Amino acid sequence: MIGVAALALIIAIALMLVRALSGPTLYDRVLAVNSLGTKIILLLGVIGFLTGRPDFLDISILYALINFVATIAILKFFRYRSFQVSLTRRDRGGSQ
Amino acid sequence: MGYFLGLITVLIALWLGLSWDYSLKPVIASLGAVSIVLSAVLAYRFDILDREGSPYGRLIQLMGYWLWLIVEIFKANWVVIKACLRSTLDINPALVKVKTGCESDLARTVFANSITLTPGTVSVEIEGDKILVHALYEEAAGPGAFDEMDRRSREASDGRRKS
Amino acid sequence: MTEVMEFWNAFRPALGSALVLVGAVLAVIGTVGVLRFPDFYTRLHAASVTDTAAATLAIVGMALLAPSLAIVVKLAVVWLFLFLTGPTSSHALANAAHTAGLQPMIGRLGEDDGGSQ
Repeated sequence: MIGVAALALIIAIALMLVRALSGPTLYDRVLAVNSLGTKIILLLGVIGFLTGRPDFLDISILYALINFVATIAILKFFRYRSFQVSLTRRDRGGSQ
Repeated sequence: MGYFLGLITVLIALWLGLSWDYSLKPVIASLGAVSIVLSAVLAYRFDILDREGSPYGRLIQLMGYWLWLIVEIFKANWVVIKACLRSTLDINPALVKVKTGCESDLARTVFANSITLTPGTVSVEIEGDKILVHALYEEAAGPGAFDEMDRRSREASDGRRKS
Repeated sequence: MTEVMEFWNAFRPALGSALVLVGAVLAVIGTVGVLRFPDFYTRLHAASVTDTAAATLAIVGMALLAPSLAIVVKLAVVWLFLFLTGPTSSHALANAAHTAGLQPMIGRLGEDDGGSQ
């Protein structure tokens, strides 16, 4: 049953790749890659249980962190065209 | 200082939980200690050690709120799953402005993240005390739809000082 | 009491595998929604099904299958990270798209005007 679950997750990843490759806007692609990351995290855990090596979970923790940082970094780069900008509202003269 | 101690405690708990090594061998334990101290010093230098950065004082209330939120998430999931599987596409997306009574940044963050976490609604922009929300169904984001979530997140992160 | 424990121990792997399977199927459903929905903002809603329900069910299922407590703690950390970072990146995406001027489709959408964008 775990094997079927891994297969379903692989199918979901393949379908999500279609959206990542065809997505009309940049944001669709980033969304697809982010969602792909979530599924890969789950797939890593499932593979760990399938092969009886739950050490795979360490990799999935790392993947969760890198996935988040990558999404934010891509969005920041396409918004400001640079990484050298503060993301907080302080520099925009807000009230925070 | 309290925030600093809270952060250190959480980091120690995280390190012990992940490494699962209570034997305290000198090499491994010293590596852990160095990484914990480094993280704490970096957090201090980044100036994120404030009420938002380590809200451990209200952990119990926030946990209670989280339990309520998980039930809400599963209820909202059902609607979106039905929308995904219906043979003919039938959705009614809308952009609405939601006014929030949350005053502190922590409460606002908790409220906006709860809106985003619930499938079917995404917070798009925050301007002052108004949150721009995109909803999959206009009915699900009508007036008063977020009142309970607003009240609960405010009580969980700020307490019941003002009703 | 021991009978209950024995029953639970025999039942636990089956329940865990079933929950993992349900989570994986929900991930497929969310992906189908992402492929079908007409514009970016609606796709965001479909993707959040994967981020919340599918992840929770699969991780609870894996926790029921776990041989030791250390694994359960690691799974809890993965779940916590997913639940803390998921809404942040969703909001960042929606905010970036809105700031860039991407207009959402508003109003009731049927099959006719969907899928063309």
